[in-house]
Amino acid sequence: MAQILLRNFARAGNAALLTKSSNSSSILATSAEPGNCQLHTTPACCEIRKLARLRVVDNSDLGKRAMAEGRPPRCIHVYNKRGIGLIGDKVLVAIKGQMKKGILVGLKQKQRMKQPQFDSNNLVLIDDNGSPLGTRIHVPIPTVLRTILKEKTLAKGADYTKVLAIASRYV
Amino acid sequence: MNINVRILTKSVAQQYAFKRIVTFSTKPTQQAAAAAVPQQQEVTGSTVRRPIVPAHYRFVYPEFLPDPKVEWRNTIREKLERLDMLDRRRQIELPEFYVGSILAVTSSDPHAAGKTSRFVGICIHRERCGLRARFILRNVIDHQGIEVVYELYDPTIQKVEVLRLEKRLDDSLFYLRDALPEYSTFDENMEVESLEEGAPVPVNDIKVVLRPRPWLERWERQNLLGVANIEQYIKDKHRKSSEKAQKPWEKYDLMKQYRATIPEEEQKEIFAEVHTELHTLELQRKRNKRKRTFVKPKHLA
Repeated sequence: MAQILLRNFARAGNAALLTKSSNSSSILATSAEPGNCQLHTTPACCEIRKLARLRVVDNSDLGKRAMAEGRPPRCIHVYNKRGIGLIGDKVLVAIKGQMKKGILVGLKQKQRMKQPQFDSNNLVLIDDNGSPLGTRIHVPIPTVLRTILKEKTLAKGADYTKVLAIASRYV
Repeated sequence: MNINVRILTKSVAQQYAFKRIVTFSTKPTQQAAAAAVPQQQEVTGSTVRRPIVPAHYRFVYPEFLPDPKVEWRNTIREKLERLDMLDRRRQIELPEFYVGSILAVTSSDPHAAGKTSRFVGICIHRERCGLRARFILRNVIDHQGIEVVYELYDPTIQKVEVLRLEKRLDDSLFYLRDALPEYSTFDENMEVESLEEGAPVPVNDIKVVLRPRPWLERWERQNLLGVANIEQYIKDKHRKSSEKAQKPWEKYDLMKQYRATIPEEEQKEIFAEVHTELHTLELQRKRNKRKRTFVKPKHLA
């Protein structure tokens, strides 16, 4: 980034003296963008499959930083046989150069009757044992998750019901 | 009741000339408004005594009218469905509401802690007919937009309350998904705002402010009345393409209109069948409400 900036300044210096100030200011404005902009070249995907962007809704440090930077996690694997994530499914995400697991707690997709449909695809980060990385979920989560996650928790496997314990509100 | 609203919305209807035809419209066409009054008098004058069906019934109970699609029509099924709907209405109060009204739906939910869940939101869409009639509620809770689809005749629904009875300028409010969140934020503990009896349903002419593009739909092509700042975000190419997509001849297409609606004679037949039952239910509810509100004084002086 710094190199590009320097090069631009050098080019501006070579240009005519009169236009120098305006040129350099416009270059500064454009070159400052790519680091922190919300621009994405792919449209929002309603279905959770590989490379779908998600939104972290818990207060884990990693998730908060990723969302604040405008680089939301991308799903890189869905742990079911269909490859399309439904509510309560476990997904593997790429977040800030790391691989983390997460649980889908709210989808944009059409839902069944009486089950809420959200405006964003929400994700809660968990570790391998199923315990969440954060301590609170700051959006409502659907009540169906209670049943789904209980069913998915097996006696000796990961305990997903810990995600329910940090929920602030059900809908 | 709705005749006053009709006169008020007449000017709106004129602007509405380019709108596509919808079965579930809350706004009557001009011909319907003109035709409604004289035909009622005819019925009263005729020698055959038939129940007089109020003209506003097609807006209060739109789901009693079947889907006009010819392939899907089946008079026996429709009749049976109507009987089932009346049966359900005897069990539960399903109030009058429109797109734009704020509802609270309590339904039994096996997943919830108390086995019931209540959702408050603005009705953004009503669709389908008969027992399959359904509506979509939208609300923003904790800065998160949430939508829930309910079936009106779902037996698991325990209570439907209308918190604020009003209409909006458009037939469906899907543009709220692209509007700023404050336009679809409603308090969950909202109190019921009751209207005076016999007063026309007010039309809320609020204009919502949209977020910048990208949008979920091409709103500029839909001739929306309830959006304030659509011009701000569209460019010349959008304007041109939306002009191309307009179908101004549709309002002259009588056959299209005929196929997309149930003819008036048929509507009268259907409502004559269910009118007495609905009317008695309405009266019963009113009486019960009055009973509930009247508190007998315990101590006299």
